[in-house]
Amino acid sequence: MPPDLRTRLGSVELPNPILTASGCASSGRELAQFIDVSRIGAIVTKSVMLAPRAGRPTPRMAETAGGMLNSIGLQGPGIDAFLQRDLPWLLSRGARAVISIAGSTVGEFAELAARLSDAAGVTAIEVNISCPNVEHRGQVFACDPVDAGAVIEAVRARTRYDVPVFAKLSPDVTDIVSIARACVAAGADGLSLINTLLGMAIDTDTMRPVLAGLTGGLSGPAIRPIAVRCIWQVSEALPNVPIIGMGGVLTGRDALELILAGASMVSVGTAIFHDPSACARILRELDEELARRGTERVSELVGAAHDVRAAGRRP
Amino acid sequence: MTAGDAQPESGPMQVRGTVLTVRRVDAYHAITVVAPGIAARFKPGQFVTAAVGGPDTAMLSRRAFSIHDVRPDHGGTVEFVFAVVGPGTRWLAELRARDVLDLTGPLGRPFPVPRDPVSCLLVGGGYGSSPLFALAARLRERRCTVDFLLGAASGDRIFGALTARRTGRSATITTVDGSLGVRGVVTDMLGQVIHEARTDVIYACGPMPMLRQVTALARRYEIPVQVAVEEAMACGIGVCMTCVLPVVGTDGITRMVRACVDGPVFRGEQVRWDDIGTIPFDALGAPGWEPRTRTAAAGDAGAAGAVAGAGQARAAARGRRPGNAS
Repeated sequence: MPPDLRTRLGSVELPNPILTASGCASSGRELAQFIDVSRIGAIVTKSVMLAPRAGRPTPRMAETAGGMLNSIGLQGPGIDAFLQRDLPWLLSRGARAVISIAGSTVGEFAELAARLSDAAGVTAIEVNISCPNVEHRGQVFACDPVDAGAVIEAVRARTRYDVPVFAKLSPDVTDIVSIARACVAAGADGLSLINTLLGMAIDTDTMRPVLAGLTGGLSGPAIRPIAVRCIWQVSEALPNVPIIGMGGVLTGRDALELILAGASMVSVGTAIFHDPSACARILRELDEELARRGTERVSELVGAAHDVRAAGRRP
Repeated sequence: MTAGDAQPESGPMQVRGTVLTVRRVDAYHAITVVAPGIAARFKPGQFVTAAVGGPDTAMLSRRAFSIHDVRPDHGGTVEFVFAVVGPGTRWLAELRARDVLDLTGPLGRPFPVPRDPVSCLLVGGGYGSSPLFALAARLRERRCTVDFLLGAASGDRIFGALTARRTGRSATITTVDGSLGVRGVVTDMLGQVIHEARTDVIYACGPMPMLRQVTALARRYEIPVQVAVEEAMACGIGVCMTCVLPVVGTDGITRMVRACVDGPVFRGEQVRWDDIGTIPFDALGAPGWEPRTRTAAAGDAGAAGAVAGAGQARAAARGRRPGNAS
């Protein structure tokens, strides 16, 4: 019997727990040249904003050891073009669509949620309150429990009751659990952990920052231990809140590590840049990892690392 | 032109290709990989990306390379040329026959080819000339005449001088140190070559400053120019949004477009060369940008002026000269 990979995302059932990470798969169309987008758990779209956005100047990317810095700055077509072009395409391909939204005010988030409530086929909303590539770091709602809660409350109020709302949090905080608690108290159905970490690289030849935006978000396997720690801490404190885990997952075994820490779904991000078929491969590898351990259902292993009785259990 | 055709066999694919040869070509390396699907779908101007560093690599960005040539042997091979500039390309240069390379391609929009038999000038800087020879072959199939103008810092950095001389109606070489051909840069000779070859269309590939100057000269001579741009990429397939540059669309609107999927070939005059590395204030979605419909007719100029000021302040803060918004 192959392992049962079905996963619940709020009120929705996904065929498996492997998702794309927001900002790493656009709206799925490009990836469809390499993988069947309906076969993975869901496509999490690049964050959609109200208006079209040009993003930050180039250079926007710096490769670092085991990772990369990006300062894209939420370039995108805006909600009108997204609803007209991208969402219908995703649905036509049989993909489940988790829509990431980003705004610079609570009102913008609320308006985006309202626009999405009128659209059919939205599996869930992921609220990006943690993008580090905004003009002022003070605008990162996920750095403050009150600000984070205000956004989530506004989005939850404007979102259809049957569409789960996930808050995407930043690891760049002293106490991620307090932010997580504030989001859940404000109505978040789940949490997405983690966004990129704010980083910087300097070109030693030009003696200037590599990125035109000076700072950027660090992603890739270099940050996986931080993702594991954040997922662990939050699932320890809030064991019944579903978590989408992300941060440097390159293989099925990496995905399993996040699941063991407490994630019931895993998003694949930077790995897609390295391997456009990464999601399909990681799904296959996860399936093999579970089969080798004789696991019947992936849900059995969510947060299993917290269980002291499981210590020493071997496949 | 068939670039827009939605044939199922026209998209890119990812293959684990077997390396046939890696050879030194003067200052560069050329690698040939068995990749039948990529070879079959290739059109001149398109590129491949390679994953570098092996299975446990810490280098996560794919490396992008113009396809130099495809051949039918071994079911289909792809060759590309590169310079060793860092750990990724050093790893590539150390590959040997029978090693496996993860390749994705063919990617990007190819060079459009004229319908009529016209006089084409192919301008290459450094190993930017590598995609021009497959283009030349395709142009000759269309009974176009092909002239080459190749330039580099020194003779060992001119890629394909021999092929250019053998296959072009004419081949002009420039080197900065004068070690091969005429001392100088390609743009020193461009006017003369255009005049002698009675050039109808220019194709150019090489460093961005060269493409910018070639475009400026082509505009002066009122000759259409197609350029294949070089921008840093991470994915090469259009998802990472790293490789954007400001390009004016046929509707007159400037957008930050992806070099990997909207290019790498653009009409030279559509690229806002002076604004590369900035977000022009009037680009779609730039800070302060408003949809046209929302702007009061009388307030158009004032609003534009205000955001121009903001854009210049931003550019100045970055230590760059503000982009020319013309």
